[in-house]
Amino acid sequence: MKRISKLLLSTILMCGLASPLLAFEPENPECIAPAGPGGGWDFICRTTAKNLFQLKLTKSAMQVTNMSGGGGGVAFAHVTTERNNDNDLIVAASTSTTARLAQGIFKGANADSVYWLATFGAEYGVLAVKKDSPYKNLKELMDAVLADPRSVAFAGGSSVGGFDHIKPMLVARKAGLKDVRQLKYVAYSGGGEAMTGLLSGAVQVMSGDFSELRGFYESGDVRILAILAPQRLKGFPDMLTAREQGYDAIGANWRGLYMPAGASAEAKAFWANAIKKMTESEAFQKDLEAKAIEPFNNFGEDAEKFAKGDIKEIADLSREIGILK
Amino acid sequence: MEIFSNLADGFAVALTFQHLMLAFLGCFLGTLMGALPGLGPANGVAILIPIAFTLGLGPVASLILLTSVYYGAMYGGRISSILLNIPGDEPAMMTCLDGHPMALQGKAGEALALSGIASFIGSFFATWGLVLIAPLLVKVALLFGPAEYFALFTMAFATLGGVTASNQGKSAFAAALGLGISMIGSDSQTGSERFTFGHIHLYDGIDFLIAIVGLFAISEVLIFIEHHKGGAAAKSSAKIGRLMPDFGVLKKSIGTMTRSTIIGFLAGVLPGAGASLGSFLSYSVEKNTVDREGKTFGKGDPRGVIAPECGNNAAAGGALVPMLALGVPGSGTTAVLLAVLLQLNITPGPLLFRNNPDIVWGLIAALFIANFMLLALNLPMVGLFTRVLLIPTRILMPVVAMISFVGIYGLTGSTFDVMMMVGFGFGGWLLRKLGVPLVPVILGILLGNEMEVNLRRALQISDGDWSILVGSPLAIGIWAIAVTGFVLPIFFGKKVKKNMSADHSEEKMDEVMKGGD
Repeated sequence: MKRISKLLLSTILMCGLASPLLAFEPENPECIAPAGPGGGWDFICRTTAKNLFQLKLTKSAMQVTNMSGGGGGVAFAHVTTERNNDNDLIVAASTSTTARLAQGIFKGANADSVYWLATFGAEYGVLAVKKDSPYKNLKELMDAVLADPRSVAFAGGSSVGGFDHIKPMLVARKAGLKDVRQLKYVAYSGGGEAMTGLLSGAVQVMSGDFSELRGFYESGDVRILAILAPQRLKGFPDMLTAREQGYDAIGANWRGLYMPAGASAEAKAFWANAIKKMTESEAFQKDLEAKAIEPFNNFGEDAEKFAKGDIKEIADLSREIGILK
Repeated sequence: MEIFSNLADGFAVALTFQHLMLAFLGCFLGTLMGALPGLGPANGVAILIPIAFTLGLGPVASLILLTSVYYGAMYGGRISSILLNIPGDEPAMMTCLDGHPMALQGKAGEALALSGIASFIGSFFATWGLVLIAPLLVKVALLFGPAEYFALFTMAFATLGGVTASNQGKSAFAAALGLGISMIGSDSQTGSERFTFGHIHLYDGIDFLIAIVGLFAISEVLIFIEHHKGGAAAKSSAKIGRLMPDFGVLKKSIGTMTRSTIIGFLAGVLPGAGASLGSFLSYSVEKNTVDREGKTFGKGDPRGVIAPECGNNAAAGGALVPMLALGVPGSGTTAVLLAVLLQLNITPGPLLFRNNPDIVWGLIAALFIANFMLLALNLPMVGLFTRVLLIPTRILMPVVAMISFVGIYGLTGSTFDVMMMVGFGFGGWLLRKLGVPLVPVILGILLGNEMEVNLRRALQISDGDWSILVGSPLAIGIWAIAVTGFVLPIFFGKKVKKNMSADHSEEKMDEVMKGGD
């Protein structure tokens, strides 16, 4: 609920924000997706590039670069050390980015290393099993985990300690598992690969964002045991939340962008304004809807405030769970 | 047959004047990009994405352009392998082993024509495979868990000895060197840095393209400089030979083509394995099947050209299977194609064939069209390509160096990477002097990371119990092939050496090969 109230608050703040139209115009707009094609970060860049160009908010088509590695750390280091003054660069970000910053995984970097440009959507995590899995609901899964935490392997697209790893830990903690670090987590490079891990039977459960699993959910190949949302999704009323099954855990993954901290004020204002205009368009809202992503808007200074608050929250949580000492 | 009516619909979509022109453009550009060292199918497709985007092409038109570039680059890679002994892209690495010796023997035209036909056969049947058994193959790909992948990559290394050199120790050293290089960079499992010495440029690891261009192209230039200084201006092998394939050879190679196409296709279907593994395994299996004693392979055996070219082009088709059916790319290039599909708001996955049949069948029809176009384009152009050999080496080598520098800088935009390429060039020169084969080094860099990550995943799943590595019949089967592949060459290797010392002319050829691999 805290998140939702924050969301409302920031939306109200945003309405008061009127960006002046400035002369800055990016010459070679580029969006870095800090992971391979097909994942959530890639979607952010591809969708932003497409919509900005179609709405004529950028003159030339934005180039999308995939820079994978280190759970986004490679791209983060690249931006902060090599392109800190680049006005034309935006980078896809999500809860995974702030989680890693909170846990001090990006060495020598902190919340102030970049400029948090915008958030425009949030997506909730799910725990899913193969269609022929013996686990029919979240309780059966959690009972098995409580009986022997090493008997169930969870796969996810982020590296150890990343957000896909934190999600099942949150649920297990609510189930009463004392040392959630006992949970078996297998890191894959991206949601697509984790899905092959699940379908091949190498692991028993996949922890991911709903969009990563949606196609397989609709085709009946996987069964979603729980979505870690405050309430059921409107478009998918059959999917039970973890909360209504007695495990009050919420895993919201926001989607947004950051840019180099050293970019000019004009550039920052231009991009915040362009992204804001984009989120107001119908085409963009349709793209979000198609991916089952709920609107979640913060731009410019609001995004800065939100991201820094998020980092603090996750740091506190990580300490509580025992990932961070 | 529903498939055929679907395919007919696909052709109806693909056969318009605009689409045919795009296919022609894509094939031509693709062949060109494939032939240039440093530019491979993945960057070829990536370069054209913004163009397709800016032109406002529809989904089918964009896909036709980009897949034509993809198939074109797979064809083109062989050209520089055969003529210059520099692979145009990473899957064409294996084509150097016999292709260049053929060129040295004055059979460049024949090698190019044969490999062109082999490429056609490989991708033609792979495309049929995609049409007929894609859903079935997805199930095969899903049999591979982390343990099976680890066994598969180990198999590639175990069969190395039989492929590249008469000296197994040197092969092993080269592979270890490659594996070591692949460890550099941030670890994909935990994000911690390894061997980067805090240097930001090494966070990403070392791009295999930099290693390939350095090891092959720059070292070639260095060797030329060395010989030139010694006074003997390198003689250009101006003999080109016949421009048409020998149909007798083709007929004899039907078995080779069948085996290589199947192996390449399956390697392509497995996500993460890709075309390089496809061409490598095709070559090594072929060598073990028809030339156990190592008499002809590596010295200009036409089958040594046909096998890897069938293999890598079949893998190109195979790699489309997991991309379309699971949304998981099987190679670098399909990763880029996947990104294009997502950009066009088409989500690959289990529902793609049902939700977007026009796209899928249009794409498949485009693949057939591109394939025939490439054959028609490539055979008559053999004569043109071979002119490269008539260029004096003192002009050709600076051009090679220039293309390498521009290619790598254009790819990464970093002078550090250019310096690293030069470093690899000197390393490659040294390795050649020591008679260490270069192919295992590249293989180590290409496969090292995947191999390690899969081992770690397997052990994580089993809680550190190593028996998981032989935990399934499939894994045991792969291990059996790996052990056989490792032991056989040791057994036959002795015979080979006897034969070699008995035959002086063959020893000379061995020298040529050493300079060549």
